Amino acid sequence: MTELIFFINQVVISGAVLGCIYALGAVGITLVFGILRFAHFAHSELMTSGAFFAFLLAALFASWGIVTPIPLGFVVLPIAMVMSAIFALGIDKGFYAPLRKRGAKPVILLIASIGVTLMVQGLIRLFFGAGSYSFFETETKDVFRVDLAWLGSTRPLVITEPQLLMIIVTVVSVLALHFFLTRSRLGKAMRAMADNADLAQVSGINTALVVRVTWIVAGALACMAGTMLALDVTLKPDLAFNIIIPIFAAAIVGGLGQAYGAIAGGLLIGFAESLAVFNWTMVLRPLNGVLPEWAQLPATLSFVPTEYKLTVAFVILVVVLLVRPTGIFKGASS
Amino acid sequence: MIRRSLTLFAGLFVLILVIGWAMGLPFTSSRLVEAAAYSLIALGLNIQWGYGGLFNFGIMGFLMLGGFAVTFISYPVNPQFWGSDGPWMLGRALIAFAAGALLVYGARQSDKIGIKGGWKTFVTVLAWFVAYCVYRSQIDPAAAYIEANAGFVGGLGGHPVLGWLFGGVLAAVIAFIVGKIALGLRTDYLAIATIGISEIIRALIKNMDWLTRGTLTVSPIPWPTPLPQAYQASGSDQFSSLLLARGGFLLLALAVLGIAIWLISRAYAGPWGRMMRSIRDNHIAAASMGKNVTARQLEIFVFGSVLMGIGGAMLVSFTQIFDPSSYQPINHTFLIWVMIIVGGAGNNWGAVFGAILIWLVWVVSEPLAKVIFDFVSYWSTNVGWGAIPEIESRSAQMRVFVLGLVITIALRYAPKGLIPEVVRRDA
Repeated sequence: MTELIFFINQVVISGAVLGCIYALGAVGITLVFGILRFAHFAHSELMTSGAFFAFLLAALFASWGIVTPIPLGFVVLPIAMVMSAIFALGIDKGFYAPLRKRGAKPVILLIASIGVTLMVQGLIRLFFGAGSYSFFETETKDVFRVDLAWLGSTRPLVITEPQLLMIIVTVVSVLALHFFLTRSRLGKAMRAMADNADLAQVSGINTALVVRVTWIVAGALACMAGTMLALDVTLKPDLAFNIIIPIFAAAIVGGLGQAYGAIAGGLLIGFAESLAVFNWTMVLRPLNGVLPEWAQLPATLSFVPTEYKLTVAFVILVVVLLVRPTGIFKGASS
Repeated sequence: MIRRSLTLFAGLFVLILVIGWAMGLPFTSSRLVEAAAYSLIALGLNIQWGYGGLFNFGIMGFLMLGGFAVTFISYPVNPQFWGSDGPWMLGRALIAFAAGALLVYGARQSDKIGIKGGWKTFVTVLAWFVAYCVYRSQIDPAAAYIEANAGFVGGLGGHPVLGWLFGGVLAAVIAFIVGKIALGLRTDYLAIATIGISEIIRALIKNMDWLTRGTLTVSPIPWPTPLPQAYQASGSDQFSSLLLARGGFLLLALAVLGIAIWLISRAYAGPWGRMMRSIRDNHIAAASMGKNVTARQLEIFVFGSVLMGIGGAMLVSFTQIFDPSSYQPINHTFLIWVMIIVGGAGNNWGAVFGAILIWLVWVVSEPLAKVIFDFVSYWSTNVGWGAIPEIESRSAQMRVFVLGLVITIALRYAPKGLIPEVVRRDA
């Protein structure tokens, strides 16, 4: 039983947390791709800047002496999401809209989004330096240890408060997104435009409004993902820049343009990463009593060494591109 | 058009003179050698993107391969490794690798003996898994043994120019494999796939300590031309020996660059170039004219990557240190893209111009930002707001912002670049 709890701690919880962050980022990327037809690289900077908005707000609240039962990062999240949405709209207005108006190809927009990435990253580093920050300098990170001795386990089930809240918030926002896309007028308009932009326009859908709503949703979700990542680890200027490719991998694995696919892809990549570096010896150790002398298990028996954790996502990406380029759920490809 | 290019190059020359006057000759001379290497890399990307319309965002990977190649060829031989069991263990790992490759190949051919459909997929996946386990079982102890007893494999002690060539060959081999995998994809997917592959290459080179020494870095890597110390030993003073040595390296780099430009321009002016342009502009029409689009795109991807490998090797030779952790997507992929976009895709002189200009902007923006910050800080101290904290590290970050600003301005106001492609219309 101890082994199973160890497995849950190491793989299920960390995989779910990573998967939630990937999924939220990938949903934004996939929505932007569905509506505007370009790979938006600057999404990583939306995530990082969103996390910094939340960090600044949390610091402000703390300086006012506001104490809340849950971490301040979650309390200020809605305000930070609004700020991020406005920021995303501003970026679109300033950089992408003029190019779109000129009729630039998606490739040019992709390059422009890299320019935006560099600029935002430069600005963040200019103001915050290259160091890392923590949301938990003034408050403590609560850790829940569920004692499972009655199940015969010597180890407790360990989950931190931000991780638990993160999973709950992700589930809630995914449900909200689902109802928005399937029940509301605007959500249906968004899906229609993702399917066929010209047809959507001639049937009277306000495409400019749909584009704006897309940026609002993408910016808000990116802020959520970035803040959660910063709450789980630490906040630094290259916070999301380093994980943008796994996030893209998640979006592609799920099928670009498919919101549900992105969620599935994010969770898949999150679990695959934590499963790949998991040390199987910890679980299979009881077998050592049965196995003969020459077949004893080595001290570490993981599928890939820990330092290659990030490459797992790339390998999955390459394999998916090779075997099924449209993703698990059929995505927008040509 | 020619007049415009000449004016721009004359302006660039004046800029170099100004930088030389402001920053001193040692700084400027080494930046110029690096600019020559970056020009070669930019030419490589110009072939892929400007000629072929291929979206390669994995430049960093090819530069790392070139850097590794020149380190491996030109670094002195490590007798500790060759005297130990290392080569024997590596040989066994190689045999395991070959056996694994054979197994996977066999599994892929298994439909010949009547294994079909889902069973074939199952057999293939199983073969991959077994091959991976067999290879890991041999390479892990070999790597641990080499790292413990000899440090790392060491070099072969060859001439650095041979290393540059090997860099090109290695980049070509990897580009062939990458191209086979990824070139069938449309642009956005290709960009993401190449980024992913370059990250895999980076992770491998960074963590294969037995082969590359990983984060411990390898130095000093020899120069192809005499070092400043050699001139100093023969009696020149410090300043002139530095100039002579760097001048020698610069001449060699310019010679390589010149040969590359000459060969590319010859090829591009001929039927091959016309075919490439037609594939880039409308690959469906080109295919209907009987051109093998996939093979031609693979060809151009490999050619471009060769230049990137050679350029990456030159950079490592010049700085004399191979540090895998110094490679970053911003410095080694996006920077090259900015060079091409600003210079002008599809025009070799545009690529060279963009490479030199952007490299100078990149290296100068840090000291320039420092001067501006110092000035503002002085002013704000006088007003009573206090000085700007950590000016040094902040100005180092300004480069990234300037790079982003340059690319967005270029896309907005000069989308074809400063020296755009010349479209010749034959009667």
